[in-house]
Amino acid sequence: MADPLGSAGRLPAVFMTPGTSSFTDFLSQSAPHLLPGSAAGLPAPVTEVAHGTTIVAVTFPGGVIMAGDRRATQGHMIAQRDVEKVHHADDYSCVGYAGTAGVGAELIRLFQVELEHYEKIEGATLSLDAKANRLAAMVKGNLPMALQGLAVVPLFAGYDPDTDAGRIFSYDIAAAKSEERAYESIGSGSVFAKGSLKKRFRADHSQDDAVRIAVEALYDAADDDTATGGPDPIRRLYPIVAAVTADGYHRYADDEVEPVVSAIIADRTTSTGG
Amino acid sequence: MTMPFGYASPEQQVRDKSEYARKGIARGRSVVVITYADGILFVAENPSATLHKISEIYDRIAFAAVGKYNEFENLRTAGIRLMDSRGYMYDRRDVTSRALANAYAQTLGAIFTESVKPYEVEIVVAEVGRSSDDDQIYKLTFDGSIADERGFVAIGGASDQVTTSLKEHHRDGQSLADALRIAVRALTVSVPPGLPQNGERVLTAANLEVGMLDRTRARRQFKRIADSTLSDLLAQTASS
Repeated sequence: MADPLGSAGRLPAVFMTPGTSSFTDFLSQSAPHLLPGSAAGLPAPVTEVAHGTTIVAVTFPGGVIMAGDRRATQGHMIAQRDVEKVHHADDYSCVGYAGTAGVGAELIRLFQVELEHYEKIEGATLSLDAKANRLAAMVKGNLPMALQGLAVVPLFAGYDPDTDAGRIFSYDIAAAKSEERAYESIGSGSVFAKGSLKKRFRADHSQDDAVRIAVEALYDAADDDTATGGPDPIRRLYPIVAAVTADGYHRYADDEVEPVVSAIIADRTTSTGG
Repeated sequence: MTMPFGYASPEQQVRDKSEYARKGIARGRSVVVITYADGILFVAENPSATLHKISEIYDRIAFAAVGKYNEFENLRTAGIRLMDSRGYMYDRRDVTSRALANAYAQTLGAIFTESVKPYEVEIVVAEVGRSSDDDQIYKLTFDGSIADERGFVAIGGASDQVTTSLKEHHRDGQSLADALRIAVRALTVSVPPGLPQNGERVLTAANLEVGMLDRTRARRQFKRIADSTLSDLLAQTASS
C-alpha cells in the first residue's frame, strides 16, 4: 500500500471512514509501520542500547509531583547526561519512563498524540482512568520488544478533578496496571528511592515538601545506584520536576529546582541524614 | 446520433450539482473568520452548544464549516487525522494549513465530480503565523475551489451580506474586542431563512460559538471562548 501521507491527491478512504477517536487505532490502519513495536522479531536479544533510569512520583493534597534523574546508560558507560524522562502528557497529566530510551521516548510521543487526538475529535478530555488504560494498551503492544530485551515501563500521574486529588499509576512490562496511593518509583534506582520516600512521605505535606522529598529520593537513588545520575551543579543539570494540579501541568524551571538541590546538599553536608 | 434515455451533458450535470450544493449551503447560518492583532477569531451563529462548527485542528490551525453536519464533521475528523499523522511522522513545526487545504480541495473536487451528490459544505482553514503578515486563511467550496483570503472571510447562507459588512468595518491590527464586535454585527445583518425579515436580531452567548487562534499562547494556540467568558467579552464590546 502506498504511503497515504505522502500523496498529494484526494484523502484516502481510511481518513474518511468513521472510526474510533483513538490515534493509535487509526495509525494501525493507515500507517502501521509508524507504530512502536513493529520492529518485533529481531534476530537476537538487544542489549547495547541506551537505558533511562529512575523516576519518582509523590502525591500531595490537590496534586502530584513527578521527578526524574537525567542519566541514560549504555552498559557501563554514561550514554547521556541531560536526558529528559518526565514529560507533559496533557494539561492534567504527566508521564515518565524507565528502560530502553528509544522505545520509551517513542511510546511517550505516541501517548501524547493519542490524548490530544481524542481531545480534538471528541471535544472532551478522557478521564484519568481512561488515560491510564490507554497507556496500558501501549505498554502491552511493546511486550514482544520487551522480550527481545527492549523493555520499557512508564509511570503515569495526573490530577483527577472528580476527587480533587493527584493519582499515580505504574505498570510492568506485561502492562499490569496498578494504582499507587502515596508515592511510587520505577527504574534501577527505585529500590533506594522508595526507601527514602517511605520514611519522608506525609499525607498532608505541601507541594514544596513533595518536591523536596521527590528530589531527595532521586539523590538517595543516585547515592547507591550507578545508573541513576545525581544533581550536576557543575553543568547545571538538575532533575526534571513537574507538578500536576487543578491549575494544570507545570514543569519546574532549573532556577526553581536549583535551590531545592542546594538545600539538600547543604543539609546532607551538615547532618548524617543520608 | 440518438442520446440514451436520461442523458445530461457534463455542463448540465455540473450546473445541477452546483445548484443543489448552493441551495443546501444557503439554508444554513453563517460563520465569520476574521483576523485581529494577536491572531484569528472564529465566530459562528450556532444555537447548539455541542454540535460544533468551529474546531481545533493542530497547534496553529483551526477549522470552520457550514452546511451539512455529517459531511463537514467527516472532513474535520479526516483533517485532524491527517495533521496528527504528519506531526507524528515529521515534526510539529512541519504541519501546515496549506497541506490541509490542498487535501480538502482534492477531496471535495473528487467528490463533486465522481459522486451523484456533492458535499453541501463550505469550509475555512486558518493558520495563525508568528506575526499578522504570516496569517493564512483558505476558503474551500463544495466543488474543491480554493481561495486564499486576507483579513476576513464569511461562509454560509447570507455570506454576501455578511462580507459587505465585514469589508466596511474590518481594520488590520484591530483588537480582539473590535474583531468580535465587527463579526457579530456582520452576522446580525444576515437573517437566516425562516426568521422574520424585520431585523433586530440579538446574538448572545447562547447562540454564538466563538473560538480563536491566539499567537501569544504556547504550543496549542486554539482556544474556545464560551459561557461567562463570552458573555463578559460581548458585554465589553457592546459598551465600547
